[in-house]
Amino acid sequence: MSKTVKFKIDGVKIKGRAGQTIMDAADDAGIYIPRLCDVEGLSPQGSCRVCTVKVNGRPAAACTQPLTEGMDVENDILEILNYRRDIIRMLLHEGNHLCPICEASGRCELQAMGYRLGILQPAKYPYLQPVRPIDASHPDILLDKNRCIRCGRCIRASKQIDGKNVFGYIGRGIHKGLGVNGRDLAGTNVHVSDKAVAPGTCPVGCIIRKGLGFHEPIGRRKFDKVPIGSDIENPESGRGK
Amino acid sequence: MKTADICFHLKCDMEKSAKSVVASVCKKFDHDGIRIIDILREVQKRLGCINGDTMELLADELSSHRVEIEGLVSFYSFFSEEPKGNITIRLCDDIIDRFAGVKEIAGVFTDELGISMNETTADGIFSLEYTPCIGMSDQAPAALINDVVATNLTPRSARTLARNLKKNHDPSKLVKKRGDGNNAGRLINAMVRNNIRRKGEVLFADRISSGAGLRAALKRKPDEVIQDVRDSGLRGRGGAGFSTGLKWDLAARADAKERYVICNADEGEPGTFKDRVLLTERADLMFEGMTIAAYAIGSKKGILYLRAEYEYLLPYLESVLGKRRKAGRLGKNISGKKGFTFEIRIQLGAGAYICGEESSLISSCEGLRGEPKNRPPFPVEKGYLGHPTIVNNVETFCCAARILDKGAHWFSAIGTDESRGTKLLSIAGDCSKPGIYEMPFGMKVSDVLDMAGAEDPAIVQVGGASGEMIGRTAFNRRICFEDLPTGGSFMTFSSNRNVLSIVDYFLEFFIHESCGYCTPCRVGNVFLRERIQKVMNGFAEEADLEYLKDLSTTIMMTSRCGLGNTSPKPVVSSIAHFPIVYASLTRESTQGFQASFDIQSALAESRRIARRQSMIYDPVYGESSE
Repeated sequence: MSKTVKFKIDGVKIKGRAGQTIMDAADDAGIYIPRLCDVEGLSPQGSCRVCTVKVNGRPAAACTQPLTEGMDVENDILEILNYRRDIIRMLLHEGNHLCPICEASGRCELQAMGYRLGILQPAKYPYLQPVRPIDASHPDILLDKNRCIRCGRCIRASKQIDGKNVFGYIGRGIHKGLGVNGRDLAGTNVHVSDKAVAPGTCPVGCIIRKGLGFHEPIGRRKFDKVPIGSDIENPESGRGK
Repeated sequence: MKTADICFHLKCDMEKSAKSVVASVCKKFDHDGIRIIDILREVQKRLGCINGDTMELLADELSSHRVEIEGLVSFYSFFSEEPKGNITIRLCDDIIDRFAGVKEIAGVFTDELGISMNETTADGIFSLEYTPCIGMSDQAPAALINDVVATNLTPRSARTLARNLKKNHDPSKLVKKRGDGNNAGRLINAMVRNNIRRKGEVLFADRISSGAGLRAALKRKPDEVIQDVRDSGLRGRGGAGFSTGLKWDLAARADAKERYVICNADEGEPGTFKDRVLLTERADLMFEGMTIAAYAIGSKKGILYLRAEYEYLLPYLESVLGKRRKAGRLGKNISGKKGFTFEIRIQLGAGAYICGEESSLISSCEGLRGEPKNRPPFPVEKGYLGHPTIVNNVETFCCAARILDKGAHWFSAIGTDESRGTKLLSIAGDCSKPGIYEMPFGMKVSDVLDMAGAEDPAIVQVGGASGEMIGRTAFNRRICFEDLPTGGSFMTFSSNRNVLSIVDYFLEFFIHESCGYCTPCRVGNVFLRERIQKVMNGFAEEADLEYLKDLSTTIMMTSRCGLGNTSPKPVVSSIAHFPIVYASLTRESTQGFQASFDIQSALAESRRIARRQSMIYDPVYGESSE
């Protein structure tokens, strides 16, 4: 049993274990810290910055910041909420996120996070409206990179769980995006059973399973009844993370 | 033969040669994946591009993956998937160069070569492009022609240069008049000038006895050397100002078998060129500082990370290393100290400003995309290949060598309480004496401006793109960590210059150089620039300034590394110091429309498509608009 580390989130005293990140300890304590690039089962990478919290007054990503004894974490405060809203808006404006026509609508974590954080109309920033070709080369999987939020969950799942290298980051800056290990997806060794392309790995509608479109009716989709994060705040409702 | 046949034959030749080139280059570097930046640099040079097929060949040879190689090729500016000419002309597109007329120079090259910017001539000989600051702001406009530097370009000299290139296809023949100091030597052989305008007692003292610092260090215990550096008050000269002694101490105390010393010569901050001059004139002192650091922390291996733009210094730097090896100051049992072994290799970059950030620099040395690493752990705990690593700036290592030679108290007696010693400033812009100034910390901005012969100074940018922009009311501030810190960049602009065009340039630079890893820096800077341009175009309202400040705060607070933590600083500091400029460019909305909405330009396309005037907004409705 590793050493206990005592710390606080928004004034609430919490006991975590040495070696845990703020995110892990908060999850265990039933406190939800919003996140997109971090997901259980994969190493954290701290890229989306949605999980930004204040640690002893300074900003840090909860998913990569290790616990230290006595640290004072601020999570549910207006300042942080506004940063998170801005980041979610940036992602919504960076890609083409047209929820009404998107297959992932209702189970999309970006959409659900927008609702949870109170963004009703993303109109603050200009729309970048990318025009990236859709990769429909593979018989089972379709890639619409106009919806990619660069979370890298498929990249890490392919490496860390499937033991493959189907996906990787290419480009730099605003042109940074998702690459595949071949001319196109059909040129890779991806299989429909891979974790990298499994439902729930891609948080948005970038990786789409062919032949299953819109199979969940409205009202029964993942986030139709409960907001994102409910599984952590109410573990009894089943941790389907 | 038909064109298609020729293409087919050419393609076959290319495939064969690509295969043999990739095989031989990988062999040269022992198929070591860590050296992949070097491998890609050489493949790029020999094949002119690294396309998808070449990526697959490389992935096979190096047991890597095509997408990993593509990730690198698409990250570093000096690699290209599209074929590049044998001679690539890169015009420095820094703000200083823009004001010095780089657009006119570009016009001369496009005219002479018959291509536009970012194009390659049909014969595959010339490529023409812009590149961010190449560290020659004191002799702008400047250009890199492969690894040859051309300085102080005028439309006339550019035309002569282009014609000579067309005649002999040999950039090395361009150097007619060599610069001063070691620039004139056989190994550097460049037209670059040092422009050392003011010598101080630390770095450009006339008499620096080679080897004195190392001799003094080796007479002491490693922890005493660290204590000396701590006592001197030396802080990192790259800009962040972390205590050098503390950094060494942390690395020395980390529990590990191997430790690394890395010198950051990825001088990329726009307007900075002081490391260029140190590398030219004080390379031996810098390597000595690295060797002292190695002794202090217990390191056997060091790396000098040299930015790709300074490749012209490579042969000279290698020769300095060679001399040090011969003199027993590198290698085994250095200077007779039993068991003290240290070697240095030079790692060239490939065009990425972000690699000046220490953890990105380490990523790049490891053969990865130059993206920052998550901290903690810090490099002093887990750095290069997971080993404790210190990364210090060129100037910092030079200072350390001098401290060991002359003593901690000698050094700490210079400067201010929080900023000890001297600092090199690279001064450029609207001034009669641009160049290098070594001055004690604490000097007033106004004194610096007088020294450099600044012409009608109205806007001063201290610390480069990520630094602070100040106006006349702040010229009594001081250059030091406690007031206005700088890694060396000091740009002065006259009252004729447009504040907004400078801010816009910096944002363009950050958008180009952001690694794209984290959301706020990747996306936020794009939105900042969009709004700054709205201000420039005179369409902004008061609310847009609030938007800019608000967005800046989000970017600075949530970004993952120093780039995003500072990229909005030109916006924030220009709004604070030049409120009248912004006020004069913002306006009240009229006609009930948002100020940014221009009904006439919005109607223009409709008029074109409908081929008639607007019923409401045009005086004569119904008449053809053509």
